[in-house]
Amino acid sequence: MKIIVCIKQVPAKDAPLSISGNWIKESDIGFEMNEPDSYALEEALRLKEKHGGEVLALSLGPERVKQTIKEALAKGADRGIHIVDDNFAQLDPLGSAQILVAAIAKENPDLVLTGLQSEDHGFGQTGVLLAGLLNLPHATIIMQIEVQDGKMKLKRELEAGWFQHIECPLPAVLSIQSGINKVRYATLKGIMAAKKKEIAVIPAESLGVSAEPTQKIEKIYVPSKTKKTEFLTGTPKEMAAKLVEKLRFEARVI
Amino acid sequence: MKILVITEQRQGKWNNTSFETLAAAQQIAAATSGTISAVVIGKGVAAFADELAAKNVAEVLLIGHELLEHYTPDGYCVALKQLIESTKPDLVLFPHTYQVRDFVPKLAAMMGKGMIGDCVGFRDEAGKLVFVRQMFQGKTVADVSFTGNAPWFASFQSGAFRADLLEPRASGKAPVQAVNVCLKPEDIRTKPLDLFKEAKSAVDLTQAPLIVAIGRGIKAPENIPQAEAVAKAIGGEIAASRPICDEGWLPMERQIGSSGQTVAPKLYLALGISGAIQHVVGMKGARTIVAVNKDSNAPIFEIADYGIVGDIFEIMPALTEELQKAKG
Repeated sequence: MKIIVCIKQVPAKDAPLSISGNWIKESDIGFEMNEPDSYALEEALRLKEKHGGEVLALSLGPERVKQTIKEALAKGADRGIHIVDDNFAQLDPLGSAQILVAAIAKENPDLVLTGLQSEDHGFGQTGVLLAGLLNLPHATIIMQIEVQDGKMKLKRELEAGWFQHIECPLPAVLSIQSGINKVRYATLKGIMAAKKKEIAVIPAESLGVSAEPTQKIEKIYVPSKTKKTEFLTGTPKEMAAKLVEKLRFEARVI
Repeated sequence: MKILVITEQRQGKWNNTSFETLAAAQQIAAATSGTISAVVIGKGVAAFADELAAKNVAEVLLIGHELLEHYTPDGYCVALKQLIESTKPDLVLFPHTYQVRDFVPKLAAMMGKGMIGDCVGFRDEAGKLVFVRQMFQGKTVADVSFTGNAPWFASFQSGAFRADLLEPRASGKAPVQAVNVCLKPEDIRTKPLDLFKEAKSAVDLTQAPLIVAIGRGIKAPENIPQAEAVAKAIGGEIAASRPICDEGWLPMERQIGSSGQTVAPKLYLALGISGAIQHVVGMKGARTIVAVNKDSNAPIFEIADYGIVGDIFEIMPALTEELQKAKG
């Protein structure tokens, strides 16, 4: 099976966010692999181990994104594709998907995997859009994949504890639910092996995608508080004592 | 503005976010002198259409088809595309459910349009609709607007609008109109099989009056007993945000959030939980919320009644001791 995993690089979870224009200031913060995508990568690697084939790590973004592709290669992906686009953060979901599709279509994969959503924009649309643009069947929020006789039996998560099995032909696009597997760490051997692996660099403008954006981020801001929080201060012991007091005599919940 | 609201039902039950979205549509209609058509889609769902006809909407559109008995993204996309092409709405609204995120981006893309998903509000700015949605896991909010021509697609987050504000119809019932769609078996490429629940868990967190919940801040499974000690001292149940259960540090049945349980206890004590929206939707109904987090900008503080900015590893033992002392 030839599997393409779409991986986004996002600001590190503990990165302090400061707003700049209609995005965040990127200059002083660290970046990491979007955690939901790491589950998709792991699932691709497991499918390859079971059924053979090839795993490609595909990422769209500025130069810094290469580090995340290298991490995917170190974990076991065979090849990387970096679509270079410095204006990436301003793309709308459809625009990103159109650019990704232009690169994916050339590779003719059996399966395209994405994580559930990104931890920055959080649009959660890429997988479904890729399927629409590639005219492939798809399924989302996947908790289990079994491949047999050219098709897949999938376990899909629904709300409130419900699940559903579905059957899906190949080729297809799947969005993977976080927690589907235990993500592996890169080994030293993997990191060394990654140095010899190929990363194809494709300038986004060379893909000839020229769609008008369908939506625009007008403004980003810190949300106004809906509830008045009473902050407790002091030493840990003092704060704990104050909290117990508040919960007993003010909120009267214990 | 002509607004279509696509409601959602499964196996004879409403997804209640449908009513919240209808209420949102009524507010948008009021702001833009718009009209609302409520849409029911499925097989044998006339009773759902009849129920919507009692709401303050201009009409109810009923798409019934053999092949829509069970949800499939292909079936819903093909059917709704025909409806949208024939009714020519300006705005198509959806409840932001797992099902909606499974097909609506594709439906919009099939028409060359985009979707603004998971919105928590809207504003009418001199005739231009601006949608409000969270980004960076709730740490920031963004105003997003559509560019280009209608139809525009948007979905509203569960809990963003109040279903009890949904206006009933002043008198009589709105007309229910059946809409025929052309759908063939070969249009549908995936095959839905059984719906099931995993083995029922022993704990029912929805019934627990006091919940102590842990998030990423707990750092390692060997630290969980410290949180369990707090739970024991307070007489509550231990729960967690999704990453903790994904790691296998606590069983999935103890997960609070959109993919886990939704709870509304008397007290929700959040330890090292940042407050990503997927978690918050599962607990924001708690009467009293306490948040302990080292990051003073963590979104959990936005909904907390009491906040402690500090290291949970210092607070947990101190709190256990104080709780035990209080109990005498």
